[in-house]
Amino acid sequence: MALLQIAEPGQSSLPHQHRLAVGIDLGTTNSLVATVRSGEAVTLPDHEGRHLLPSVVRYLSEDKVVVGAAAREYASSDAYNTIVSVKRLMGRGIKDVAAFGEVLPYEFEEDQGGMPFIKTVAGAKSPVEVSADILKVLVQRAEESLKGDLVGAVITVPAYFDDAQRQATKDAATLANINVLRLLSEPTAAAVAYGLDQKDEGVILVYDLGGGTFDVSVLRLTKGVFEVLATGGDSALGGDDFDRALAEWLATQADVTTAMTAGLSRQLMEQAREAKEQLTVDDNAWVNLQIAGKEVSVAVSKTQFDELISTLVDKTVRACKRVVRDAGLSLDDVQDIVMVGGSTRVPLVRKRVEVLFGRPLHVDIDPDRVVAIGAAIQADVLAGNKPDSEMLLLDVIPLSLGLETMGGLVEKVIHRNTSIPVARAQEFTTFQDGQTAMAVHILQGERELVEDCRSLARFVLQGIPPMVAGAAKIRVTFQVDADGLLGVEAKELSTGIESSIQVKPSYGLSDGQIADMLKASYSSAEEDKAKRFLREQKVDADRLISALEQAIVIDGQTLLTADERNVLESEIAILKEIKENSDARKIELGVEHLAKISDEFASRRMDLNIQRALQGHSIQEIEEIT
Amino acid sequence: MDIQQNYFSFLGLPESYNIDLQALSARYRELQKTLHPDRFAHLSEREKRMSVQYTAYLNEAVTALKSPLGRAQYLLHLNGIDTISDASVKLEPAFLFEQMALRDDLEDIKALVSPEEALGLFMDKVVGQLSEYQQAFSDCFEVGDVDSLKMATTIVRKMQFMVKLQKEIELVENELD
Repeated sequence: MALLQIAEPGQSSLPHQHRLAVGIDLGTTNSLVATVRSGEAVTLPDHEGRHLLPSVVRYLSEDKVVVGAAAREYASSDAYNTIVSVKRLMGRGIKDVAAFGEVLPYEFEEDQGGMPFIKTVAGAKSPVEVSADILKVLVQRAEESLKGDLVGAVITVPAYFDDAQRQATKDAATLANINVLRLLSEPTAAAVAYGLDQKDEGVILVYDLGGGTFDVSVLRLTKGVFEVLATGGDSALGGDDFDRALAEWLATQADVTTAMTAGLSRQLMEQAREAKEQLTVDDNAWVNLQIAGKEVSVAVSKTQFDELISTLVDKTVRACKRVVRDAGLSLDDVQDIVMVGGSTRVPLVRKRVEVLFGRPLHVDIDPDRVVAIGAAIQADVLAGNKPDSEMLLLDVIPLSLGLETMGGLVEKVIHRNTSIPVARAQEFTTFQDGQTAMAVHILQGERELVEDCRSLARFVLQGIPPMVAGAAKIRVTFQVDADGLLGVEAKELSTGIESSIQVKPSYGLSDGQIADMLKASYSSAEEDKAKRFLREQKVDADRLISALEQAIVIDGQTLLTADERNVLESEIAILKEIKENSDARKIELGVEHLAKISDEFASRRMDLNIQRALQGHSIQEIEEIT
Repeated sequence: MDIQQNYFSFLGLPESYNIDLQALSARYRELQKTLHPDRFAHLSEREKRMSVQYTAYLNEAVTALKSPLGRAQYLLHLNGIDTISDASVKLEPAFLFEQMALRDDLEDIKALVSPEEALGLFMDKVVGQLSEYQQAFSDCFEVGDVDSLKMATTIVRKMQFMVKLQKEIELVENELD
């Protein structure tokens, strides 16, 4: 059979406009925003030239919100109203928060879903709202600096974030009125920042040691395609543990273990952190402590410090080995090692990792900024500014998804490290005669018992026709999208009764709650809201029209009959006309209508693209066979 | 295109047990580049949704074909034999005794003071056995008549045991860290 050579279709003939997009690193301690400007990814500073925005929000009465360094100053004096490290509360229930094992200075209030709301003078605030307040500041900074509206943002999340935590992050973006182009995992962003996507192929390990978390990921790169092969780490290990180890040693040296007070403990931690930072450059550091009015000096050498943190660093090294093995590789296969997070400035950390792999490490980009920079590069591609970009970032699901079965056990439906998007179906049957409803409990985690996994959502499937036990067949389909967010569909097979459930995490916000909060956040009247709705509809219409016109230019000739093409073109013309008047609802309906009509064309294009993707290889393959 | 079509033809590969795994990875990446939702991030909701469905199917297909056991099970499935939910195949007692002995061996290794080396050797043995099963499956499947397929089904059942044992060894290895 003769093979047709299909040329790569020409790029859009439509005028190209640079779309403004940013990358946001929404961190536990600090957050950053970055963008690609004149071809270079840069983090954006505030008016005072500060790039890092402390992730601290202070609520004052009369709806006043302060975010950043100015809020952080009040972290202890106005602790109830000043929220720090809110990222740790994202997607968590009030019981999880109680189990953190340390006393958080906030007063919590539980909503019906078990989500912890923090009581402040400005009312009860959910972690999602607090994060949204941080995001708003970053977006405003970006829009002022770039002088224009953003088409969207890539927001980074830790690779280990579960569905509830990702959903909470996306909800925060919705509240802050940000179009999320993608939730990107932090290690992938870091690898992109180093331009490792420019290499032809390789295996990359990202070692991310922050203040309180450790995250290690193995990525594979092949001709521009990044695949996360495996992730691992320890959500309770970080630079703070180094400080604690040193503080404990200092306490023994100064002989204050019996006279420990809360104030002294804070002082020790603070001094330990300073000493740790000094020891990244010097071989020795002096620590001066005020104990019961007396000054006590203790010297600490680098050797001593290294000894104190050695077991902690060893733990991270073992985690590296484990993740490499999970990826089905050996240590020799890892060609690039990217260091992320402030704690990777500690020399022993670098040394141990370097020894483990026997290679130099990537440490040139500021480890605090590297994630935001990578996110900005990805945002630029996703916004459509780089149609020729080969870059594609594939992700895996970090924790297994499963269902509760008899006896409080968890049956895994999608295993961890499975590539996403993914869909998987599981069939169930009824347990009693005449049973008409079935409870489905979705969990995430690696353990066998329900109580050891994270409860993501529960729902009840109603309307099962009464039958004898075991006769009904219910197929539950899990779908995880490219952001790692879960959707569930259930179908009774004998009757075809279908119910699709929008899974909202147990500790998340309902869509209604988000809508209410959005409404409340518009200080202005109904009129503004209407204007806003109209603008959104027009943007939607423009997006659809331009995508369709572009598609017709590229594939209209091959995939559409003259009639079909005429229909599509006249429908486009109709929507263009509708768009010119200011009836938002009409535009909305028009968009729906055109989308429906062009559906068939879209799926033909998808098929053609699959054929094209395979075509290129066929000649080569035939040569191999003969 | 029917999204529910055969994994092999979706990926443009011959329907065989002995597929070229490198070709499989190459196809996977080519198709991801075309279908992934990121390619549609700035386009309409409808196209995004379609792309999610296609990519999910692609991931499912590649996951199944990449694994030696999954590929065998899928080929039998195409021949109307279900080895995933149907475990009715009877295995000879000798095989089951052997499996019990292997599990006892693993328990003994776990009890050692430093089991690393013994565990490594044990893993090699299990992997070796698995690859023999793979070869046997391939041979039976190529013949393809009713009896050969029956034998192939039995081999898959045995592979399932060995894969499970392999996972248990990995678990022990992880606990050592």
